[in-house]
Amino acid sequence: MANVVLEVKDLTTKYITRFREDVYAVDHVSLKVEEGKSLGIAGESGCGKSTLALSLMGYYFPPLYYTSGEIIIDGKVISGMKPDDVRKSVLGTEIAYIPQAAMNALNPTRKIINFIEDVILAHDPTENKKFIYDLARASFEILGLPPEVLQKYPVELSGGMKQRTVIAVSVILRPKVLIADEPSSALDVTSQKMVIKMLRSLMDTGFIKAMIFITHELPLLYNVTDDIMVMYAGQIVEQAAAREAVFDPLHPYSKGLMGSIIVPEAGLRDVKLAAIPGVPPNLKKPPAGCRFAERCKYVRAECKVTAVPLYAVGNGRAYRCILAEQVLREAYAHGQ
Amino acid sequence: MASEKNSCLSGEGLTKIFGFGRTRTLAVDHVDFDFHEGEVVSIVGESGSGKTTLAKMLLGLINPTEGEIHFLGQKRDISSQKKRQEYWKNIQAIFQDPFSSYNIFTKIDGVLLDCIRMRGGGHLPKEKKIELMTEACSFVNLKFAELTNKYPFELSGGQMQRLMIARIFLLKPRILIADEPTSMIDACSRATILDYLMKLRDEIGMTLIFITHDIGLAYYVSDSVYIMEHGKFVERGSADEVILRPKEPYTRRLINDVPKIYEEWDLSTV
Repeated sequence: MANVVLEVKDLTTKYITRFREDVYAVDHVSLKVEEGKSLGIAGESGCGKSTLALSLMGYYFPPLYYTSGEIIIDGKVISGMKPDDVRKSVLGTEIAYIPQAAMNALNPTRKIINFIEDVILAHDPTENKKFIYDLARASFEILGLPPEVLQKYPVELSGGMKQRTVIAVSVILRPKVLIADEPSSALDVTSQKMVIKMLRSLMDTGFIKAMIFITHELPLLYNVTDDIMVMYAGQIVEQAAAREAVFDPLHPYSKGLMGSIIVPEAGLRDVKLAAIPGVPPNLKKPPAGCRFAERCKYVRAECKVTAVPLYAVGNGRAYRCILAEQVLREAYAHGQ
Repeated sequence: MASEKNSCLSGEGLTKIFGFGRTRTLAVDHVDFDFHEGEVVSIVGESGSGKTTLAKMLLGLINPTEGEIHFLGQKRDISSQKKRQEYWKNIQAIFQDPFSSYNIFTKIDGVLLDCIRMRGGGHLPKEKKIELMTEACSFVNLKFAELTNKYPFELSGGQMQRLMIARIFLLKPRILIADEPTSMIDACSRATILDYLMKLRDEIGMTLIFITHDIGLAYYVSDSVYIMEHGKFVERGSADEVILRPKEPYTRRLINDVPKIYEEWDLSTV
């Protein structure tokens, strides 16, 4: 069995609103990412994808608070550490994070190389500039970015190039895990493809050991990751290999998501897009039973009463629904 | 099948040039098009290809530098404010960002009442107006009773976009230009918005013009597709023809760059 790089056990984190209400945006999430693998997280806006990404870093600041659970990176427990320690010894070296608007991190008045110096000196103030320049140049060359970029100001670069530069900088200290949160949604299709190509090459060239990729665009997720995890209202509702999650989803919510895929391929025009009616529940007062019950086509009376656990069905697959696998598959076969 | 229908909006040699001298930019370069009544058309292009400039010209928000636009077979005349407003009864738009599409000082009732007034319903009794507004809201699955007396910022992005469609429902234009209507919302609500737009098209039989960079969306919704590059239409035709059997290398590249699920996504060609 391959080495597990990132393991999360029952992680729960909450937001505290200004009216002192608790909102559990990540609710008992457990996951494992093995070396050389990438995990995709799918779900609609507001389902807790980005909060999970923030929580995984172990770096909490109000209004986000850590409640319980463990985050283990390569055998090292990082949950429960002080924010300052996390910043010094975890961020950048163990785990790196790329938000959607990563390119905004660049300071318009400083050259890219100065930005890299800042990043490295923050971790080790004793490094000299020559060493940093060589390291940056070498990294850029491996990742296929022109080294001239180092001497440029951010305004001189295109959006796609800025995004790729920031990704290159974020992995310069060789973190073990990279969390990419919608890294390409603000870009056009061609730049997006370049960013994806680069993310894939990060793993092959040994910059990172595992990746977590977050997006609501399923075709993209399917092409980038090995496994897919579907989140709904702060909980995992399905975990499966990418192919299974897209072509044979079990949970009704995943099924609904997969029904909203739009790709320019033959046959798509005959498929009726399946929109999921309704809105996600308010997490200030989550429903007692299944959180998806209100919007589910296959809802039963007992769904609304008791909370549903995540059932493992073997082969790393799990789903959160009281209906049996066979029942769901048959319902989908007749329903469509 | 398209040729049997009447032309709704057409253009000849439509050109827009911004600036002059060194900063002269040819945004739209002598494009010809012919949109038929009741047709769903997509104009697909990357950022900077001139598709939004074209949309603005169609809407009459900016004047073309050269070329003519024909509306219902006649030359479009929007020389005076009155004529322009008359034209806007026939052509409406939905934009990408619902947050900036509303007047923040107008309540939602006001937004919808404006639409009724524009259709010449200003003299109707209050009950009738409320009935119309309720009908429009229920068309997009919103409850008018909950929205009344609220300001636009109190709604979520998806609700705002749906309210936008409710407005169009009240206005019943002949042409609707949807400029990236779904690029700010996630894939799941995207299906909902598209559903409503298509339902609206069937209901009032309007021409729907999608301006988008999402070639998958264009393929899914439209009857005909125009591919735009550097201000020119490089390829046009029925959706099946253009997307499944593209002739131009540019179209092929655009399709190639989108992630697929049935075929292998070729990452080597960047």
